Amino acid sequence: MSEAAVKTRAAEADALTQRLDALTLPEAGFTAAARADALARLRAMGLPHPRDEYWRFTDPRPFNAPLPQPIPLEETSPDSPLFTDRDRLVLVFVDGRFDAAASSDLALDGAEIDILSQAETRADHWAGALYGKLEAAGQTPVPRPFAALNTAVAADGVLIRVTGKPAKPVHIIHRRASAEADVSWHHLIRLEPGAELTLLETGMVGARSNGVTEVDLAPGARLNRIAAKRAGHQKLGFSGIFARVDAEAAFKNFELSVNGTLMRHEAVVEFVGDDAVAHVAAAVLGDGRTGPFHHDDTVFVTHGAERCESRQVFKKVLKNGAVGVFQGKILVKPGAQKTDGYQISQALLLDDDSQFLGKPELEIYADDVQCSHGSTTGAIDETALFYLRSRGVPKSRAIVLMILSFLADALAEVEDESLREDIAERLDAWLTRHA
Amino acid sequence: MSPTTDLDVREGVDRETVETVANMGSYKYGWDTEIEMEYAPKGINEDIVRLISQRNEEPEWMLDWRLKAFRRWQQMSLPKWAMLDIPEIDFQDQYYYARPKSMAEKPKSLDEVDPKLLATYEKLGIPLKEQMILAGVEGAEETPADARKVAVDAVFDSVSVGTTFKAELAKAGIIFCPISEAIREHPELVQKYLGSVVPQGDNFYSALNSAVFSDGSFVYIPPGVRSPMELSTYFRINAENTGQFERTLIIADKGSYVSYLEGCTAPKRDTAQLHAAVVEIVILEDAEVKYSTVQNWFPGDEDGKGGIYNFVTKRADCREDRAKVMWTQVETGSAITWKYPSCILRGDESQGEFYSIAIANNRQQADTGTKMLHLGKNTRSRIVSKGISAGRAQNTYRGRVAIHPKATHSRNYTQCDSLLIGDKCGAHTVPYIEVKNASSRVEHEATTSKVDDDQLFYCRQRGIGEEEAIALIVNGFAKEVLQALPMEFAMEAQSLVAISLEGSVG
Repeated sequence: MSEAAVKTRAAEADALTQRLDALTLPEAGFTAAARADALARLRAMGLPHPRDEYWRFTDPRPFNAPLPQPIPLEETSPDSPLFTDRDRLVLVFVDGRFDAAASSDLALDGAEIDILSQAETRADHWAGALYGKLEAAGQTPVPRPFAALNTAVAADGVLIRVTGKPAKPVHIIHRRASAEADVSWHHLIRLEPGAELTLLETGMVGARSNGVTEVDLAPGARLNRIAAKRAGHQKLGFSGIFARVDAEAAFKNFELSVNGTLMRHEAVVEFVGDDAVAHVAAAVLGDGRTGPFHHDDTVFVTHGAERCESRQVFKKVLKNGAVGVFQGKILVKPGAQKTDGYQISQALLLDDDSQFLGKPELEIYADDVQCSHGSTTGAIDETALFYLRSRGVPKSRAIVLMILSFLADALAEVEDESLREDIAERLDAWLTRHA
Repeated sequence: MSPTTDLDVREGVDRETVETVANMGSYKYGWDTEIEMEYAPKGINEDIVRLISQRNEEPEWMLDWRLKAFRRWQQMSLPKWAMLDIPEIDFQDQYYYARPKSMAEKPKSLDEVDPKLLATYEKLGIPLKEQMILAGVEGAEETPADARKVAVDAVFDSVSVGTTFKAELAKAGIIFCPISEAIREHPELVQKYLGSVVPQGDNFYSALNSAVFSDGSFVYIPPGVRSPMELSTYFRINAENTGQFERTLIIADKGSYVSYLEGCTAPKRDTAQLHAAVVEIVILEDAEVKYSTVQNWFPGDEDGKGGIYNFVTKRADCREDRAKVMWTQVETGSAITWKYPSCILRGDESQGEFYSIAIANNRQQADTGTKMLHLGKNTRSRIVSKGISAGRAQNTYRGRVAIHPKATHSRNYTQCDSLLIGDKCGAHTVPYIEVKNASSRVEHEATTSKVDDDQLFYCRQRGIGEEEAIALIVNGFAKEVLQALPMEFAMEAQSLVAISLEGSVG
């Protein structure tokens, strides 16, 4: 190794030490072993570098910095109006810490809900066998250092074990209380055979955030997860979802993202039982007018069982220098016959300053499969725009309508009609505001 | 144990048939020519570089250029990003220069060339006599003589043994000769363009090639000239433990046109051999180049023993407005292929096309694709890639489409389809898409599937054998690419597709 390379390595090791020294590890409990293991793994893999292939489109350095830049609190109400007009069980996290006073009672028929920081000191907890396990499994073949970091240091989170079919959704709401909060939470969602749950997650997260959600679906379970976290301007956020999907189970995940300086969403899904379904979708709106916007969706779906169906639908609307990234992969292991894998990533560039960077990958080791991916990038169709205008629709409204229709495929991945309508309204409002 | 006994055999196929086919040994060009050779000492160092330069009677500037590349190479490390499992290569354990002894004194014309060498090319079906036409072209007899002329530069290990139709081409102002000759006789062109598309330090293998390339073809088409015939180079590796490092430089001056063909074969040997070529194409205003390759290096045997490591850098630079390039490749040979013929679309309204069929059978590994770099306005590119995997092979399409901020109103369409035959092989797609302006449109589509059971059943029902049926279906799958090939190659490619898949059923 050359002298320069040795120096770089040493500097990187320093950065990792500094980053870790700046954090406080929570008191030991049933997660102690998993946290120690994650820390050891993180030290072994190191923090990502801009030269890493997995970070070729997104600069990880702001995530590596020991502390985030403080971001002043918003003057307006931090709560998103999304989903608030329905019956739900509300769990509020303020700067990543559970706020019992602001939350609902944790009792829910068909589910067992605990808060990580409260339950952690118990020696035996069902979550003990799962915490960090799916995250660790998702580290091959590509290392995901920020997820390991999260497992090691996450301050709080929710632990949900569903045995039946709860009558109402669980709604996690994030709020901010300090300008410099560097927030990390770790949720654990386990659905027993045949169980069903709708999980909503909204709100405003800290100046920098790191959220990991581990999802374990037993045979026949169904989880619908809809996340619409508001990053606000100038904020940094990493999130990772690690899902293990057993036979005949269904996992539907939809994320709505608007703004945020630097966002990286990783979704890692593995089929371990036959005939299961997983859909991962996102609608992303980026306007660089209020500050830089860089949004990265990185997805890795592993087919390790027969006759499973996976769908990845990612739509990005980018303007004023916004950058959208999509790295998606379908891996079909030997023997995963009759796999149906589909992936689409599309970007609508509203001006010449915006960019779309994509790497839609297939890696296939079984022959009796149908796998396809598509990716398109382009501007608004002038002919369609002309048509709408010739019918008397004002130009700005016509553009909003066309963007909504562009996003429709992603939105269609939200099964519940009323939830879907709520999101569509929110999108319409945002687009009209940013027209 | 026979290599096929642990494979799943499709229902209805006699195991005996599968074994027979597997043991048939389908590589047609696996023989070698017994000829006295002259080698440079094994290994690579500055002295070897000097020796190659001296053998080619090169001027000082060329030697300096090579040494600069060599020093750069020593600083570089092997590229590891491809989805290839490459056994460690000992760069000191092979010969970098080998020429037939009879070539020590340059023959003045083809008549003086060693008959053994001529016989080699005759056996390969490559016409080195000007009155001959390419063998194996059905119906060629009826075509008028002028229309089927193909000029050939024949490269044997490290040297070019002869170039046909040189005089006739010279009348049109076209220079077609070995690059070793161009360095001596057209230094102004070589100095201006060599390394201008693929710089010495572009990658590990291009640096190695720049240091030790021994021969290759040089083409210059003057302004406004349409080449009266197709030009071709045929590469033959014969000597054992010898790497072939050829360099091709094609310059299409303003408004000119040329169609260029490239073919290659090598004998069957137990040890793997290295082939690291560089092809540079410079295309000026309104000029057009078609470059077609049928790559049929020895792929190694059923167990992956031997074969050629084909690590090639090919790039075309559409340097001026409305320049056009079309790459067509049929990749059936080589144990390992690492090859990405690329287009730099620098001129406004320039165009790049890439059509590829890559077939990997047995233990072959291929990581191949293209790069389309859109720099000029209104540039267009099209990629059609068909990958076929059989046996225990791994086949990867890797491509990059980059639309720069200034390349407004550009367009790319990419289609890459993979076909899997058997459940022990792999097919992978790794595209990179970078779009940096809104007025351009980029579309990428990829599919992976297996040979359709219904189609196979239909063929079988009509009395077509399974292997033949698969070859038929695969030819249909690859039709779009086969159609882009010049006629001489299309025929060869079609039968190659069938040969390469022999023994893949099951």
